[in-house]
Amino acid sequence: MTIKHHLNEKLLMSYAAGILPEAFNLVVATQMSISDEARARLASYEAIGGGILEETEKVEMSPNSLQDVFNKIKSAKTKKFNAPKMVEGVFPEPLKKYAGKELGSVKWKNIGRGVKQSILKTDSDASARLLYIPAGTAMPNHSHNGLEMTLVLKGSFHDEKDLFKRGDIEIGDQDLHHNPTASNDGPCICLVASDASLRFKSIIPRLLQPFFKI
Amino acid sequence: MLDLPDYINQDFEVPDRYSMIPLCSKGILSKVIIKNEINSADHWAKCILSVSSEKDEEAFSSLFTHFAPRIKSFLMKSGTGAIIAEECAQETMVTVWHKAHLFDPTRAAASTWIFTIARNKRIDAARRNNRPEPEDLPWGNDPEPDASDIIIIQEETTLLAQAVKDLPSKQRSIVERAFYADLSHQEIADETGLPLGTIKSRIRLALQRLRHNMK
Repeated sequence: MTIKHHLNEKLLMSYAAGILPEAFNLVVATQMSISDEARARLASYEAIGGGILEETEKVEMSPNSLQDVFNKIKSAKTKKFNAPKMVEGVFPEPLKKYAGKELGSVKWKNIGRGVKQSILKTDSDASARLLYIPAGTAMPNHSHNGLEMTLVLKGSFHDEKDLFKRGDIEIGDQDLHHNPTASNDGPCICLVASDASLRFKSIIPRLLQPFFKI
Repeated sequence: MLDLPDYINQDFEVPDRYSMIPLCSKGILSKVIIKNEINSADHWAKCILSVSSEKDEEAFSSLFTHFAPRIKSFLMKSGTGAIIAEECAQETMVTVWHKAHLFDPTRAAASTWIFTIARNKRIDAARRNNRPEPEDLPWGNDPEPDASDIIIIQEETTLLAQAVKDLPSKQRSIVERAFYADLSHQEIADETGLPLGTIKSRIRLALQRLRHNMK
């Protein structure tokens, strides 16, 4: 699947290095499962990690470590690591562990004007949620205190910058002040991760913010 | 042909049986002889394939001897204590054994693949939570890989490692500290003058192949 909006280089490197909070990892892993091109881009950064590992000077392992490892291998319940299959559903594999098997199993909460969300459980360094925006509906105008990643899973939305379809990621930071609106042809479902609360322009969403954890 | 640094062409002692092994357990590639193209990165890839196809304990032992002390060191540089680092390095190698059949030498060098396993063990150990893992997914619409893809990806990875080594020391240190989890993603984002474009241009095989196939 061809997508237009990818992660930037610094975020790819951060993901490859393993220094992103869990919520962002989830968004990145989900996008990688939708787009082979996104994975190919990531591959270069993981190769840097391989190079650094290769260059690291050795620290001696304990004397019996190899035997210990063989014992662990032999005592392991013959756990089969089958490669997961690429399935054409709305939820790619990594997301299923957080959001349930399919769209129908999500427990949504209304947050006004037909918009619904479902908070996903991750560690507290950043938060992740699914967002359901009815066709043609605009999200309140907002900017961001920290980093926000929005990955489209179904439908599309547009804002001042561009149109975002399934697999596209929009990166929100201090500089992005936007008014995302779901396209008219159907609801838009997104996976959103954020490490800071949003700054809404108008007072009503601001007052509701503590209740909706956004 | 790529302009290769000398060390790639240096002789590397490889047991005879590695000169002719099935390159892909899926049977996509049959037996391929790569006698003159041996380099160390290639050697480790073959060891993993040997573990996968023959449960080859000797190949695994040599992988262990080479990688386990480096994984332990890498984890200790990432702030992990020696005992946990030892345990994680062992766990990483156990996973190498169990997941050997998922290693695809046309997509990643051995060191890259082992790095991703070690990185995920580090995250698991530090946070005691799950890391979403996309890396085992098969590639969609995969064309028949060519034997030369394997050599190229191993060689490009070596070149990339060299490119990182050749960076000015300040920049090199930033990249290394990111991988040792000594910098946060905000610190990376705020960093100006990181030569990521230069680095990433060194390894693009996967991307090029993908684009070629989409035409």
